[in-house]
Amino acid sequence: MAIVPLERKPLTLAERSYLPGIVGGLKTTLKHLFQPNVTMEYPEQRPALPPGYRGAPTLVKDPHGREKCVSCQLCEFVCPPKAIRITPGEIPADAPTAHVEKAPKEFEIDMLRCIYCGLCQEVCPEEAIWLQNQFSLTGYTREEMVHNKQRLYELGGTLPDPHLKWDKKLAAEVAGGASH
Amino acid sequence: MATEFTFPDNAAKTAEAKRRPEPVEGLAAKPEFTTEKMSLSMGPSHPSTHGVLRLQMELDGEILTKADPVVGYLHRGDEKIAENMTYNQFVPYTDRLDYLAPLANNMAYAIAVERLAKLDIPPRLQAIRVLTAEMARVSSHLMGLGAFGIDVGAWTVFMYTFEEREKLYKLFEELTGARLTTSYSRIGGVARDLPEGWLGRVNAFCDQFLPILDEVLSLLTRNKIFMDRTVDVGVISKADALSYGLTGPNLRGSGVPLDLRKDKPYSGYEQYEFDVPVGTKGDCYDRYLVRGEEMKQSVRIIKQVIAKFPGGEWYAKDARRIFAPPKDKVLTSMEELINNFMIVTAGPQMPAGEVYFEAENPKGILGFYVVSKGGGVPWRLKIRSPSFCNLSILPKVCVGLLISDVVAILGSLDFVMGECDR
Repeated sequence: MAIVPLERKPLTLAERSYLPGIVGGLKTTLKHLFQPNVTMEYPEQRPALPPGYRGAPTLVKDPHGREKCVSCQLCEFVCPPKAIRITPGEIPADAPTAHVEKAPKEFEIDMLRCIYCGLCQEVCPEEAIWLQNQFSLTGYTREEMVHNKQRLYELGGTLPDPHLKWDKKLAAEVAGGASH
Repeated sequence: MATEFTFPDNAAKTAEAKRRPEPVEGLAAKPEFTTEKMSLSMGPSHPSTHGVLRLQMELDGEILTKADPVVGYLHRGDEKIAENMTYNQFVPYTDRLDYLAPLANNMAYAIAVERLAKLDIPPRLQAIRVLTAEMARVSSHLMGLGAFGIDVGAWTVFMYTFEEREKLYKLFEELTGARLTTSYSRIGGVARDLPEGWLGRVNAFCDQFLPILDEVLSLLTRNKIFMDRTVDVGVISKADALSYGLTGPNLRGSGVPLDLRKDKPYSGYEQYEFDVPVGTKGDCYDRYLVRGEEMKQSVRIIKQVIAKFPGGEWYAKDARRIFAPPKDKVLTSMEELINNFMIVTAGPQMPAGEVYFEAENPKGILGFYVVSKGGGVPWRLKIRSPSFCNLSILPKVCVGLLISDVVAILGSLDFVMGECDR
């Protein structure tokens, strides 16, 4: 470890003739000419995305097809560019998932504002919002780029759920006979 | 940097010159060659100004008599934005300062806030941060070198450095989930632990990178064409470099061995062995040499970090309490769930106080000055950005040179407007 002054040796006569620079450069280029391609024909060939890639945020359903979001609005709160807008709604009492009580009436993510930072996924207590693999979203109008609930579920699909806590709650309620 | 600049009224001057009385015949009329200075705007969208920098120049023929950088085209008000959001929410904004080395910015910001919150940082976290910051340095210098090459007419260099940078970006993508806007740091931690086998891939990258770097540098270092454009061009003396507040490779190119990683070690930099390369003359060529050597030193640090990579926690314990409860607990425990809601909505409960932390970023010293009056948001956050200070020397260093030299100087200063204007 030290401080190293960078040495600058004067050029030799041959080097001053520009020739070694040019010939050396051509040699390097020629060598690279015969190496495999590093580029990719993009729309036809797609890059392989690593697990945990942060693409567009989506809403997911649990393996039973229940929408996971309970409209707690935490993602709306944490979103740095304020891209998320949620209108909370009640689940009707006769629905099979009535014990979850709440679900979003509307859920909109403005993809023109979203910066793909992943904070929404990080704070979500239900693991309902996930950044998945979509990375090139386009549209003809601004309205098209505001993803509504239906579109978010289309993009999201179903993800496995290791906890299934609402099923556990229902089971406990049934076993204990407790209403609340 | 004065912004008031008066355009010489060329039309009026020409009219006046025409009005001048014809020289009286018989008198020995000296053939008077009247010249006018011309003003020229370079930028804000000019390929060699690397972003939205406008350079207001005054030219005498092709010689510059005045150069005035006009900044602010990319101003977003990041410092004010920071006052309106919690500490962790600001992390994505630090990506967008020096967007060629977001990982280093993330780290500098996180350490500043951690010092305010007085957190103990576990060694594994420190190692992760040093590793990512050095990788960011390599990727930033690769870009700087490639762009400098293009500026002085060497396209090939850019192609090869970009290829290497792409490999690094693949690694970043795997680590953070994004290539450019990494948002990797959290206060007192990182967004996620290293993926399986990632360190091995970084090591493999380093092994294949060194010979390629040598090849790339050999295209320029002793190339007469490149040297004609850079040697003795834009000489910044030691005294000037210091008095204008230059930092990073630009300062070290002028021969001042200031490197915070050595002088004020943070995040465990004192454990690693590396050299600080300094230039002898302070011209564009020296700044190029320093960047080239710094990449090799960064690779040296990366290898050392990987060789003794510590195990253990990658998130400070107290940070879990103040900034973000662990996710698995949030999903299963009612107390942590409530805590999670409190932290996100009310913000982390921080002590009052102020802290200034500066880190050696690829472009120079990036400083964060955080003032807290307690509660969830900073009361004031000041960012000392290296690119802004580095640009301040332009009016001094450009005068008396040709326009083509200015292009070389801009390339050698290697600034980023996202950070300059912030």
